[in-house]
Amino acid sequence: MRSLLEINELTKYFPVKTGLFGRVVGYVRAVDGVSFKISEGAVFALVGESGSGKTTILRCVLRLTEPTSGEILIEGRNVTQLRGKDLKWFRRNVQAVFQNPYLSLNPRMKVKDLIAEPLKTHTNVSKNEVYRKVAEVLALVGLPEIVANQYPPNLSGGQAQRVAIARALSIEPKLLLLDEPTSALDVSVQAQILNLLVELKEKLGLTYLLVTHDLSVVRYMSDYIAVMYLGKIMEIGTAEEIFSEPKHPYTLALLSSVPELNPQAKKLKKKIILPGEPPSPMNPPSGCRLSNRCPYATKECVTEEPKLTKITETHYVRCLRHEDLSSLITREA
Amino acid sequence: MSELILYLNIIRRNPIYLAGLVIVSLFVVVGLIAPYILTRPGDAWGLTYDINKRLSPPSLEHLFGTDEYGRDLFNRVLLGTRFSLVIGVGVVALSLAIGIPVGLIAGYVGGKAGTALMRVTDMFLAFPPLLLAIALAATFGRGLSNTILALSLSWWPWYSRLIYLQVSSVRNLPYVDAAKVIGISEARIMFRHVLPNSLTPVITQATLDIGSAILEASALSFLGIGVPPPTPEWGLLVSSGWRLISVAWWVSFFPGLAIVITVLGFNLLGDAVKELMDPRLRNLLSMRRV
Repeated sequence: MRSLLEINELTKYFPVKTGLFGRVVGYVRAVDGVSFKISEGAVFALVGESGSGKTTILRCVLRLTEPTSGEILIEGRNVTQLRGKDLKWFRRNVQAVFQNPYLSLNPRMKVKDLIAEPLKTHTNVSKNEVYRKVAEVLALVGLPEIVANQYPPNLSGGQAQRVAIARALSIEPKLLLLDEPTSALDVSVQAQILNLLVELKEKLGLTYLLVTHDLSVVRYMSDYIAVMYLGKIMEIGTAEEIFSEPKHPYTLALLSSVPELNPQAKKLKKKIILPGEPPSPMNPPSGCRLSNRCPYATKECVTEEPKLTKITETHYVRCLRHEDLSSLITREA
Repeated sequence: MSELILYLNIIRRNPIYLAGLVIVSLFVVVGLIAPYILTRPGDAWGLTYDINKRLSPPSLEHLFGTDEYGRDLFNRVLLGTRFSLVIGVGVVALSLAIGIPVGLIAGYVGGKAGTALMRVTDMFLAFPPLLLAIALAATFGRGLSNTILALSLSWWPWYSRLIYLQVSSVRNLPYVDAAKVIGISEARIMFRHVLPNSLTPVITQATLDIGSAILEASALSFLGIGVPPPTPEWGLLVSSGWRLISVAWWVSFFPGLAIVITVLGFNLLGDAVKELMDPRLRNLLSMRRV
């Protein structure tokens, strides 16, 4: 399958400055050599705790942050340097929905003007046509037309997020980036928004890049998952592979942090709890980045930096001991 | 239009806001029509005098009494409203016209140009505003437009600071990122998304400042470097009477009272504006429509 988005060796270092003259004393390696591909029509999830660099990747792809190095290809075109007309083409095809709709929608603009804005920027339709289209998009996301005359702070969280989705989809992009699209919403509304996103993906043939720390969201809608820790991908694979055959201790810890409702399953499940906090990305541990917190770490883990190792055609893991571990983990469980 | 009705309804429910609105409306209306309702225009403009009636106390014929040239003070204070209106609105409008673009560009575009703009602003802020206004007014010479110019030049940095701070925080909000992602031009983001969300404190401050501008213009006139006599500017009227305060209190009292009431009115209205600018109110409004 053709890949819609391809990221090659993406890095983003933020300089750390101190003192009066802003001397650079170090770099925060927010994203450190990340590569992945998303094929058309897939849902790709980036998972990880805060500080893992997942949001920085998203901001690089959206061109809100300039990457330090690496390539971001949309349909084979590197987009990191686009200007003018080409940038407009990129904007039209790549849209985003952000975490908190109350913050991502200008509170002083009516819903209809918010949705009309991308239409006016990217299409040259007449004024009447624009507002007809606005009504159409509102219907698409399941909002009544009457919402068009309201201001965002007056909407419920779910309604506001639907407006944000409508706004992003009004110009029919190919790739939609979802930055924690449900984590600011009430639990009761989260499911509705997720269902809507899945439905819209089918209907419009969209491709999603989902950034989240919420594994239940990931399990519900993703086809591929990349688990990130301190700026690097630790494990990447299909949703099936990650959830049923996790190979990396970090993935295991992440999965076991999801509360299990079924008491039967709860008994069977082994909890892996990593001690301590993630270290500062300014000064990551030597060798494997997880080495200082990993219960299975050996001397080698501290000295040798593991590479992404192929397990299957789609499944890769960054762990020196992944072969020993699979037996270790199954035995303990 | 319906927003206006809602605003008026909110003001009506609060007696303090209502007082502010009434005083300011009265001030504006009188300021606009003053030249056409004078009973003694000659006295008001200071073209005539009647030495026999000098310093007569308030009476039915002369409501506020007369000054040392026998001119009717009521007419002079009435016409003074117009000068205060022109000065108050003029100073604030001119200051906003300089301060908002400077603060907006410095805050949104930033970079070297932004830093340069803010350093210039800081240079002006380094002087106490009234002192700077006095120095400028003394340099420019007396006159209405010179007074407005002197006050505006000492005033705009406060607005550009205020806008700058506001813009610096608004530009980092997610809706600005969202607008960039959509591909909206930088100019449109600046004027449509950043500026409207940065104006609230400035508009509130500007309302309060109309009162202060009137007060400072009066101070300049009082010091003899503002509007020249025989213009019936309130500060000038106060200064012409203060030496006579023990024999003819009314000469300074009535123009002084006019200043106090007007400044108070703008302060009260400023509080009302602060509340009306709250974006939550807009939702109340749009809710009604649904």
